[in-house]
Amino acid sequence: MKEQSLTRAKNPLVRFAISNAVPILFVVLLIFAIPLSGFSSDYLINEIITRLGRNSFLVISLLIPVMAGMGLNFGIVLGAMAGQMGLIFMLDWEVVGIPGVLLAMLIGTPIAILLGLLAGTILNRAKGREMVTSIILGFFINGVYQLTILYGMGSLIPITSNKLLLPRGYGVRNALDLLTIRKVMDNMWVMKIGNISIPLGLFAIIAALCVFVVWFTRTKLGQDMRAVGQDMQVAATAGINVDRTRTLSIIISTVLACFGQIIFLQNIGTINTYNSHDQVGTFAIAALLIGGASVAKATIPNVFIGIILFHLTFIVAPRAGKELLGQAQIGEFFRVFVSYGIIAISLALYAWRRRVEKETERRRAKAAIKAAMEDKVGG
Amino acid sequence: MLEKVKKLIEKAGWPRVIIGLFLLSLFFTAPFVGIRVSTSISDTIVRFAMNAVLVLSLIPMVQSGCGLNFGMQLGVIAGLIGAITSIELGVTGIAGFLTAIGIAIPFAVLLGFFYGLLLNMVKGDEMVVATYVGFSSVAFMSMMWLLLPFKSPNMIWGYGGEGLRTTISVEGYWLGVLNNFLSIRIGHFFFPTGTIIFISLIALVVWAFFKTKLGTAMTAAGSNPVYARAAGVNVNRMRVLSVVISTVIAAIGILVYEQSFGFIQLYMAPLLMAFPAVAALLLGGASVSKASMGNVIVGTFLFQGILTMTPSVMNNLIKSDMSEVIRIIVSNGMIVYALTRRMKVRT
Repeated sequence: MKEQSLTRAKNPLVRFAISNAVPILFVVLLIFAIPLSGFSSDYLINEIITRLGRNSFLVISLLIPVMAGMGLNFGIVLGAMAGQMGLIFMLDWEVVGIPGVLLAMLIGTPIAILLGLLAGTILNRAKGREMVTSIILGFFINGVYQLTILYGMGSLIPITSNKLLLPRGYGVRNALDLLTIRKVMDNMWVMKIGNISIPLGLFAIIAALCVFVVWFTRTKLGQDMRAVGQDMQVAATAGINVDRTRTLSIIISTVLACFGQIIFLQNIGTINTYNSHDQVGTFAIAALLIGGASVAKATIPNVFIGIILFHLTFIVAPRAGKELLGQAQIGEFFRVFVSYGIIAISLALYAWRRRVEKETERRRAKAAIKAAMEDKVGG
Repeated sequence: MLEKVKKLIEKAGWPRVIIGLFLLSLFFTAPFVGIRVSTSISDTIVRFAMNAVLVLSLIPMVQSGCGLNFGMQLGVIAGLIGAITSIELGVTGIAGFLTAIGIAIPFAVLLGFFYGLLLNMVKGDEMVVATYVGFSSVAFMSMMWLLLPFKSPNMIWGYGGEGLRTTISVEGYWLGVLNNFLSIRIGHFFFPTGTIIFISLIALVVWAFFKTKLGTAMTAAGSNPVYARAAGVNVNRMRVLSVVISTVIAAIGILVYEQSFGFIQLYMAPLLMAFPAVAALLLGGASVSKASMGNVIVGTFLFQGILTMTPSVMNNLIKSDMSEVIRIIVSNGMIVYALTRRMKVRT
């Protein structure tokens, strides 16, 4: 009841503040932290531009499952792992530059589709528990991935380059250099304004993806997903194949995450074979939530606002921590805490709101039945 | 005969049968690759004793309908606070261990109470919220371990560093106080009698609790909240109580773990602690909404057995250590399996 009166507040300013509480909180935090850190504005703007290019694809990959009512897809780590496998083959075959990136995507896509299919099928068996299942599924597939890379590659799966394999002859090394494709997408078409360089080529690709997502929501499949997201039973009665639609949303998300991870790693320039994918889900989801999204609603503006705010916090926190408390490590832990904490709070708020809504609905239905009964008795 | 076997397998559940056979085959292979079986069994028992209380701590929450406690780290944190405070105070031996428990419990009760209130707000989504509550509390405490004013030279970084070390030895304080109590040693075989007695005591208390009126009410609140409410049970209060109990047992559990392991691990070490415990419980045949003492014992033994046996046997067989990967696959595969089992719809 209280929640409803809050979201229905008369004053539009109050309403705006309540529905955007999380982004506003972060803006306030940053207003204090940025001057404390003492970074120059040129540096910060350059960093933000790099990180927008690096992370947008991964965060956008979360949007479609949210639309299909499956919540935040922690399973995008599956896509990230597919992308990394693509990159390993690319390195082994020594394809360089843009063709190398394309090859990695080409190899990663079928793996991502398979993993997405698996994830979709499993999540369909765990309706109502999709998020926690997708978290654990990420851990599980991580084990399978390690088994494949650490024991399968070089023995069962042909990998020949000695630069990739461990000295024992099979298994991929812990850290791989991506010098051959380092920043090739960032440097495709760069515009310089003063000290600030903007990777127009990469931004064009991201813009194209945004257009695709908007277009996709208008297609038949996109509309089906929205219907499934609103009410599975109603969608099923309307003749939509609910399970298939949900699985497709996860497959698309996984494939996009695969591309996203390849873009991310070509910017970074190295792969930590066994760790690079670990935090992909957490960080992408934290960014999206900080941008003002919820479990049930996420838009493209949420993506970009979220990346900017989240990564500014990321850059600034260690330095601010050092200035404030004399320990950079505090800042490191602080940003981990923020990522986990924001997810915890957002999930809790969403679950709470949904429960309150359900209870008001139930109360209203009860009152209606009571009124009808009294009518009958009276008549 | 075949029918009987089929029935037995169905009763035990496929995952348990597969894992059980796998473990059995490991024990059979062990002597052929030059591993002493008595050492293996002894190691398995010691590790069982180390982890059993943590696994047991999950039961009250499962029974009250709060699901698998992926936020077990809260209890672990309370235990850690108790552990380092007792070392700071310099209490040694069994008194030190009891001091640690005594200090941990109030923290566990407090944390568990608020955690329980939160979980009541998010009914239906407890597990995903719990996961991230656990994660964020570990990150938060990492900042605290740096800032809290502990002074004992055995715990803080040397050379003028600030904050607590990542691993703190309990040697000289309460290393093995339970493990060595009345322990039996025959050749290479070691039996941690004290710890087993301690576990039995806790198990007995929990088991007895669920036989009382309060305990029955708690189980009722979990299995059928509507019916429980009609019968006059305050469902929300039962749930909070179960979370408090789970958190307190988890706090004790980590102390039992540490006295055997020998080290207190701080910072990000407890991050994923809930998952192996949950996996062990599920391996024992528990589901998201039902768990028993038997599940704890069987599950912990199977899970720890595999963790103990795979590294040694595999190492000798294929000359490389696959145990970590197998641990990840078995434990998380088990949880995914449990989450996807179709269950009765709960109201």
